[in-house]
Amino acid sequence: MAADGKMTPTEYISHHLQNAQIGEGFWTVNVDSLGMAIVLGTFFVWLFAYVGRKATTGVPGKLQCFIEMVVEFVDTSVKETFHAKSKLIAPLALTIFVWIFLMNLMKLIPIDFFPLFWGLLGITVASGLGKGEVSEGAGVIARAMDHPWSYMKAAPTTDLNVTLGLALGVFVLIIFYSVKHKGLGGFVKELTFTPFNHWALIPFNLVLELVTLIAKPISLSLRLFGNLYAGELIFILIAMIGLFQLPLHFAWAVFHILVIILQAFIFMMLTIVYLSMASEKH
Amino acid sequence: MDINATLLGLMIAFVVFVLFCMKFVWPPLNNAIEERQKKIADGLAASELAEKDLEQARKQADDELKAAKLEAATLIDQAKKRAAKLVEEETQRGHAEREKIIASGYAEVEAERNRVREELRKQLGVLAIAGASKIIEREVDAQKQSDIVEKLVAEL
Repeated sequence: MAADGKMTPTEYISHHLQNAQIGEGFWTVNVDSLGMAIVLGTFFVWLFAYVGRKATTGVPGKLQCFIEMVVEFVDTSVKETFHAKSKLIAPLALTIFVWIFLMNLMKLIPIDFFPLFWGLLGITVASGLGKGEVSEGAGVIARAMDHPWSYMKAAPTTDLNVTLGLALGVFVLIIFYSVKHKGLGGFVKELTFTPFNHWALIPFNLVLELVTLIAKPISLSLRLFGNLYAGELIFILIAMIGLFQLPLHFAWAVFHILVIILQAFIFMMLTIVYLSMASEKH
Repeated sequence: MDINATLLGLMIAFVVFVLFCMKFVWPPLNNAIEERQKKIADGLAASELAEKDLEQARKQADDELKAAKLEAATLIDQAKKRAAKLVEEETQRGHAEREKIIASGYAEVEAERNRVREELRKQLGVLAIAGASKIIEREVDAQKQSDIVEKLVAEL
């Protein structure tokens, strides 16, 4: 980075794609993704538990109405698709839907606000951490964006770790439900004797079924990640074109409202579908 | 953009949130919704019942009104008949009375005439006698007949 704080487009893009990290190698933690995910998840459970505790069966308030609308929506989706009895599936779907929605929603924060806020906080309370590539004489914004804290990103779902973490959680549940409803033997039999019910074709079946099984979490996580990451990239590109970015940002953000809800819904719906497939007896 | 320990942290967070949601979020909200649904269903059923009741009551009221109207009509009819009869009776009685009064008037008039006629006859007798006595007076010596005259005078 130049000493006067001017970023080249490449630097700007890579700055915005870089997560704030702590640690080395595999044991690196993306502080921004994990932190925002936990903050938003906590907000979700706090809000819903708060409303749930105060919920009346009489005339509900507006907040309760809204929360109940979401719950009702998730409940309907679950009941339509998942026919086995389960205490876990509906709360799971609700958590996935609202949590992912909130995480996606963070994308609507203009992309420079969050890094700038953390960068400013960084040069205020931890100025010693600065990378020092920008001279002291540079502007406060340049110095803020030079601070390592300015790598904080607002939307956790643009991080593959987050989406893959969610998908792996669902994957574990798929296996759990398969074993629970079909028995371990049934599950193994499903992996080895479908689609071709012949002993000679067991290896072929196994390869086919394992690919099918593993494709589920991969597709789940990559779909969410890809959509959000691409959207983020467009936001970053729009941010570099000068004054005309304002209407373009607005248009893209409006379009993105759709993506935000849709991707949360798709993730939830596919989770339900996968789990109902896992718990169906053939 | 590498896969790193964030993944594990997120999975742990995921499990925690789902468990928390399962324990503290879903049951109260779902209970509230289901209870309200039941309440609304009960309320709707009750309102339907009330509507049916109302319908029945309206019908009953209608019936009673009709019956009352019918009764009133009968009563009025009877009263009219009765009134007509009364008028008829009174008229007849009045006629009878009039006849009686007229008859008695005739009788009285007849009696009076009879009496007057009798009186006239009496006075005619007196006049005749008086006339006769005048005639006789001129023909007969008064002196001789004075005893009769005196007798007559005494008689008068």
